[in-house]
Amino acid sequence: MMHLRRSPEEIATNRARYEEHQKKGLEFAPKALPGPSVLPAPAIDAASVIHQETIPGGWYWSTKLQRGEAIRVDQAEGSSTVALVAWNAADTSERINLVDTAKVQWTTALGKGRVIFSDMGRVMFSMIEDSSGAHDCLMGGSTAASNAAKYPGEKTRNTRDNLILVAVKLGLDRRDIPGILNLFAPVRLAEAGGFGWQGKRSNSGDYAELRAEMDMLVGFSNCPHPLDPDPAYQPKPIVITRYKAAAPTKDDLCRTATAEAVRGFENNALMQA
Amino acid sequence: MSDFIQTSPARSLQNAAQDHFIAAEAPWSGIVRKGQTIRIEDSFGQQAIDTLFYRADDFSERYSNQDTMRMQGAAYIGIGTKIMSNEGNVMLTMTADSCGRHDTSAGACSCESNTVRFGHGTKYLHACRDNFVLEVSKHGMGKRDIVPNINFFMNVPIKPNGEMTIVDGISAPGDYVELVAEMDVLCVISNCPQINNPCNGFDPTPIRVLIWGGEA
Ligand SMILES: [Zn+2]
Repeated sequence: MMHLRRSPEEIATNRARYEEHQKKGLEFAPKALPGPSVLPAPAIDAASVIHQETIPGGWYWSTKLQRGEAIRVDQAEGSSTVALVAWNAADTSERINLVDTAKVQWTTALGKGRVIFSDMGRVMFSMIEDSSGAHDCLMGGSTAASNAAKYPGEKTRNTRDNLILVAVKLGLDRRDIPGILNLFAPVRLAEAGGFGWQGKRSNSGDYAELRAEMDMLVGFSNCPHPLDPDPAYQPKPIVITRYKAAAPTKDDLCRTATAEAVRGFENNALMQA
Repeated sequence: MSDFIQTSPARSLQNAAQDHFIAAEAPWSGIVRKGQTIRIEDSFGQQAIDTLFYRADDFSERYSNQDTMRMQGAAYIGIGTKIMSNEGNVMLTMTADSCGRHDTSAGACSCESNTVRFGHGTKYLHACRDNFVLEVSKHGMGKRDIVPNINFFMNVPIKPNGEMTIVDGISAPGDYVELVAEMDVLCVISNCPQINNPCNGFDPTPIRVLIWGGEA
C-alpha cells in the first residue's frame, strides 16, 4: 500500500490555523454569553402570540414555525423534559444536527446565546432566552424498552414512539427522525466519560425561548428523560407559546456571539436571498 | 504502515473472508453477516475513520449515536460497547480495541459545517458527508439516511462543563478495533479527508478493513 504523506510545512500551517480557531472558540464565547435568563419569565405581549398549546405529560405535538417566529417552552406546572426535533419546511432532508451544533460551537452545553445548526451548516434556532442552562444534546429520549426497565408494570408513553407519530403524521418516516435535543435535562459528563444528572432538577417556571431562523416543522415529545431521578412516571404538562419575535437587532446576541454563529448566519442569508 | 497484529488464532490474514485497503480520503461499504467479525485497522496511525451501520435487509434501521451513548451510560466507545440501532437493537458488539478512544458525539465533517467551523474558504474541500452521500447512494439511500456516525480513533474529549474540542488522535500505526455483528449489517466508511483539524494529524492516510467468518 503506497501512500505519500503531506509535507511537514503543510501540516504545520493547518495546525497553526486550527489552534487559532480552537483558542477563539474555547476562550471567547463563554465571556460573551450572559448566563441564564431571569425568573420568573416576563409575560409575552398578547398581540404577538400566535398560538399556545399545552402538551400533557407523556404526549407529543408538532407545529410549523415561520422564520422570525419563536417558541417559549415553559415548565409552568413543574419539572419535565421536552425532546425537540426540527426539519427545514422547504426540504425536510435538512434537519436539526446536534453533533454539528456541539462541534462547531466547541461545547455540548447549550444555553442563552447559543444557536442550533442543521446538517447543512445553517442556523435553525437561536436560543434567545433560557433560564435553566441545562439541556442534553447527547443521550436521546426514552424508548418503550427504557421505560419498561425503569417503570416495570406501568403503562407509559415514550419519546421514540411519540416522534414516530410526529414524523409520520407530517408525511415523513422513521428514517427521518434526527437526534433529539432534550430541553430541561441537566446531563453532564464525568471526566471518565460517564453521564450524570447534575445540578438542580429544574422546575418552578424554567423556560427556554427559541427563535426560528428558517421556516421549519418542529416536533416535541414530553416524556421523562431516561436519567430523570424521579422513580415514578409522572411527567408534567408543558406549555408552548408560539409568538412573533422581535426582529433581531444589528448586535443580536445569538447572531454575533461567536465567529461560528456569524458564519452560520451568512450561510442562512445565502439560502434566504 | 504497520504489520498485522493477530488477536485470535481464528483470525489471521490468510483466513480472512475479505481484506480491503481503503485509500486516504476514500469511502467504502460492505456487508458484514451476523456472527462475522469486522476489523477496522488504522494502518498508519492517527487517522479518523467515520463509520455508519445499516441493517442489511432494512436500511430504515440504522446506527444511532444517542441510543448507543444512552445504553452505555457514557459518551465514548470501547471494548464491550454495544452498537445500538434507532430501533433499540444491538447491531454489533466491540470485542477488541487496541486504542481506547473513539468518538460518537462529533459527527462527520462536511463542506457545509467546514464553512462554519473554519471559514467559507474551506467549502471546496472533500469531506466525509460527501463520501457518505456517494457511498449510500449506491445502496438506494440519500442524504436523509445519513445520521450521526461513529468516529473510530478520533479523540474528542468532553469536559464536565460541556466543553468539547477535537484533539490529536492517540492511535498508533496498526491500532485496530474488532466488532462482531449481531445482525447482518451494511457497514459504510468514510476514511476522513479532513485537513482543518487534528483528527488525523492533518495528514489523511490509508486504512484496512478485514472480515472473518463466525467462529464455530
Ligand atoms: Zn471527516
